[in-house]
Amino acid sequence: MMTLSPDALALSGSMAVAAGLVGAFALMRRMTLAADALSHVALPGIGLALLVRIEPLPGALAALAAGAVLIWVLERRTRLATEAIIGVVFSAALAVGALLTTGEALMDALFGAPGTLSSWEVVAGVAGAAAVIAFIWLARDRLIVALVSRDIAITAGIDVKRLDLVYLLAFALTVALGLRYLGVLLMGSLLIIPAATARALARDLRGMLGISVGVALLSTLLGAWLAAQLHRESGPLIVLVASVCFFLASMRPRRI
Amino acid sequence: MQSSGAILEVAHLTVRLGGVEIIHDLSFAVDRGSALAVIGPNGSGKTVLFRALAGALPHEGVVRWAPGTRIGYVPQRLDLERGIPITGRDLLAARARLASASIADIPHALARVGLAAEVMDTLIGALSGGQFQRLLMAFALLTNPTVLLLDEPTAGVDEPGQERFKETVHRLQVDDGVTVLLISHDLSVVFRYASHVLCMTREHTCFGVPREVLTPELLSQVYGEPVGFIQHDDSLA
Repeated sequence: MMTLSPDALALSGSMAVAAGLVGAFALMRRMTLAADALSHVALPGIGLALLVRIEPLPGALAALAAGAVLIWVLERRTRLATEAIIGVVFSAALAVGALLTTGEALMDALFGAPGTLSSWEVVAGVAGAAAVIAFIWLARDRLIVALVSRDIAITAGIDVKRLDLVYLLAFALTVALGLRYLGVLLMGSLLIIPAATARALARDLRGMLGISVGVALLSTLLGAWLAAQLHRESGPLIVLVASVCFFLASMRPRRI
Repeated sequence: MQSSGAILEVAHLTVRLGGVEIIHDLSFAVDRGSALAVIGPNGSGKTVLFRALAGALPHEGVVRWAPGTRIGYVPQRLDLERGIPITGRDLLAARARLASASIADIPHALARVGLAAEVMDTLIGALSGGQFQRLLMAFALLTNPTVLLLDEPTAGVDEPGQERFKETVHRLQVDDGVTVLLISHDLSVVFRYASHVLCMTREHTCFGVPREVLTPELLSQVYGEPVGFIQHDDSLA
């Protein structure tokens, strides 16, 4: 359950904007599987952190960063092999994490538990989201050219390998920011569903990014409000709102 | 145009993909302002060569571009989703901003390749093959390249489009001194515009001026049955 305090609004709102932007590029880069799987890798990090009695978030962040680097290395391989390996490695991560984390803590990690916010967490979270948003904004031209053609991007002087790595780290940071609200299992959905909704409606890049951010924000805030009203956890309601947006968008006739 | 000498030197280039040697010990040089046509049957490694020249593939041997070279690369086709929400304007504006070029240069670049302004508002995945290649050409021109790598630039383009494209490339070469490397199945292009020819077959490669290199024996080796390539081009018209 969460209350809509100004702190919670700032944290969840900035996280949603970051998720909308990062997710839009994940969808256009056709890495939704890797994106979804990556969020699972946070669980063993959380489990280890709880085991050694430190805050779960740094543990999650470290595991996610390691997962991002792993995907970065695997992306050099052929697509089929990569997808199979990603599927196996990150399911295994989920299994290991579930063994390390037990009881109440496991449910919180899987589905999110807003709880009470410490002020450092709000500051660090908003700063992290701002860093992700700034990166996407500054790198958007390079990201667009690289997703249209890596070869052309290389001749245009873009360091695509470095761009890939920084993008994946921004992605991992965004997942970490959303874990409190959505948990390991549902955070991938907040990255992908708003972007998929935007993909069904957008007629250009501005529309894609704008709609993706809008749906992510609407889902997060409306989901959290509904959670407070219905005395339920926020994660499932956030994903439910996003899914309704997606189905409504899919019912519109497609325009090219 | 003003300065001569080699803009590209390739020595003992070997490229392997997935353990298979696609290009073996290839050496040639390209003079500044000249036009090199690369010919060969499908699967002989022409596109792999261009990707290696563009720096997009690991290789053995030397690929040396003259200092200050700006490469404009126009690949043959890209694996794009039809509905990807990126318009011609999004792509060209991204390139212009990256090159610190002005957005105001975009209409001029489009006019040079003979594309109508409507492509600005069209999703890139919805463009025809020919339109998309010309968009990539306009994309390359935004940065005033000194070298153009064109991979089958007239494949899938209608006859008037082909003529306009050839004329554009020729003007760039003559007026702006741009060096052109192109992969083409179109022998009329090779004879008309190329100063040198690099032919690549599975068995061997050869390099020289068109009239000396392009003997009937070689052409039948490169293309198999000579009839094959003539039909190929006509069918595209």
